[in-house]
Amino acid sequence: MALDIDAPAATVPLRPTTETPLARGILIAVALAFLAFFLFLPLVIVFVEAFRRGAGVFLAALAEPETLAAIRLTLLVAAISVPCNLVFGVAAAWAIAKFEFKGKAFLTTLIDLPFSVSPVIAGLVYVLLFGAGSALGPWLKSHGIEILFAVPGIVLATIFVTFPFVARELIPLMQEQGTGDEEAAIALGASGWQTFWYVTLPNIKWGLLYGVLLCNARAMGEFGAVSVVSGHVRGLTNTMPLQVEILYNEYNFVAAFAVASLLALLALVTLVLKTILEMRYGHAIAGAAAPH
Amino acid sequence: MDLSIRNVSKAFEQFPALRDVSLDIRSGELVALLGPSGSGKTTLLRLIAGLERPTRGAIFFGGEDASRRSVQERNVGFVFQHYALFRHMTVADNIAFGLRVRPAATRPSDREIRRRASELLDLVQLTGLERRYPHQLSGGQRQRVALARALAIEPQVLLLDEPFGALDAQVRRELRRWLREIHDATGHTSLFVTHDQEEALELADRVVVMSEGRIEQVGTADEVYDRPTSPFVYGFIGDSSTLAARAEHGTIWLDDRATGLKADGAPDGQGSLYFRPHDITLVDGCGGCIAGIVSAVRRVAGNRRVELAVGGGRERVEIELPADQPVALGGRIAFRPTKWRFYSDAAAAAETAEAVPPAYALTGS
Repeated sequence: MALDIDAPAATVPLRPTTETPLARGILIAVALAFLAFFLFLPLVIVFVEAFRRGAGVFLAALAEPETLAAIRLTLLVAAISVPCNLVFGVAAAWAIAKFEFKGKAFLTTLIDLPFSVSPVIAGLVYVLLFGAGSALGPWLKSHGIEILFAVPGIVLATIFVTFPFVARELIPLMQEQGTGDEEAAIALGASGWQTFWYVTLPNIKWGLLYGVLLCNARAMGEFGAVSVVSGHVRGLTNTMPLQVEILYNEYNFVAAFAVASLLALLALVTLVLKTILEMRYGHAIAGAAAPH
Repeated sequence: MDLSIRNVSKAFEQFPALRDVSLDIRSGELVALLGPSGSGKTTLLRLIAGLERPTRGAIFFGGEDASRRSVQERNVGFVFQHYALFRHMTVADNIAFGLRVRPAATRPSDREIRRRASELLDLVQLTGLERRYPHQLSGGQRQRVALARALAIEPQVLLLDEPFGALDAQVRRELRRWLREIHDATGHTSLFVTHDQEEALELADRVVVMSEGRIEQVGTADEVYDRPTSPFVYGFIGDSSTLAARAEHGTIWLDDRATGLKADGAPDGQGSLYFRPHDITLVDGCGGCIAGIVSAVRRVAGNRRVELAVGGGRERVEIELPADQPVALGGRIAFRPTKWRFYSDAAAAAETAEAVPPAYALTGS
């Protein structure tokens, strides 16, 4: 194409790497329509359904003893599994990012396993492991230890499903930060524990918080794996997601959506906190090059 | 604190990073480890600090074998190439870190720690910046903080890894002079790693030239520049020109032409002639000279760099002439080096081993 020297000064030439306005408009419209239809609309419906017969009924539905029990259990499971995964995640990320050892690539792959395996299978694995037909089953039974269809089973399944979150968040961050700060600390005389506490932990704290947040959201919302191991005992082994399903199957829509709205609220809070973290500490989370 | 490195080798996986290195450093000396990247200089520094363990050999601090001492117990001040300042701590906290992590029995009081930190800030000329965070400092300022932090623990040995590597030329020169002053004021035994020969020659009491995991030569700036003991050192330090040559009956020959240069005791046979481009004199006619055809001319500051194609093989050498000397492309120039060295191929290994004191002898493959 010839160079158009006489082009009117008003037209701003497009950068060669930029799409035309039409293409841009279409792309944005498609993305927005998709979000509205698949994400925003269902979220609105959850709340509309929950409050369909007024706030009184909504609150009464939440005050049901079985529902309260489900909320308590969900909080308990999260309170156990999230700290476990925090410790595991930091340990695994530390090992992978800062040491060289045989089987490192294998460990990295293993950490991703829960993401690539269906949660139902995770649940079934625990049934096979601890169930009455397993090798461990009779021994556990004779010692009065209940794992399946009880809280320990639910916690185990939840830990399995959520364990990649913290580790996955920290590994790239710690790899990018390298071992320089730690070497500086020990050369200055700090012990291993002091180095971790005063140097490593502050360096990863925002990434860690981010990972814990995502881990917690998943721990409270997990359905598949927990459904297999829980046994659905009302008031005892039902977590919130399981309670929603039961209520829904009983055509108790208001109560089902009331509990669901709590889970949706949790998702929204997580989203807001996540956005705040990303905005304020983005460089400290993503493992992107720090400004210095 | 005297430092003695005895027959140290270090291999990473199968790759040898250091091969049988021995070196003695006197108390209070400022020594440069100079070499191209991959020559093992940083590895040697990290071995002394205890951040790596030698595959073979030992390192002595004073008279004591340091291999049984952990990094923390060695009490070395290490300044990292990229400073490794703690980004979430203020300048003052960074400097105080080494004192704060001491066990309660040897830890100074909080007030004493603060006093020491501010004293060090004065020493590195950063007074008033104690509340800043590392990302609020310039590169040169971060370097000073890193040094103050290393000095805070009153180290027995100060180790600096490419201390000026990440700074621009102006700041480099300034900090170089300043580091020399600090060294003279504090009197620490100091080692620094650099690939910048100007830095090493200007700053250090002695320069350790390294190549491929071995020490090539140890000496003062004058010694390594004027009396390089190996072709590597000749080529690495300062500008140099090389020609393949031959020694015969005490004279150096290029092909079948006598150069008029004496081959001082070198055995007859093939070798390499080294000289500096500026250590030459032009000669008329050619009864013993090196002659070549001008193939390129470049102006370098006050002089002219002339590239000559020499002999039948058309080997390229560079010489330096005054800018007012007329030089025509394609013209013929005859010259003779005023200072030179001939390294005989056959005797190279043996000669090198003799030329350096036994303590630095390079044995091995």
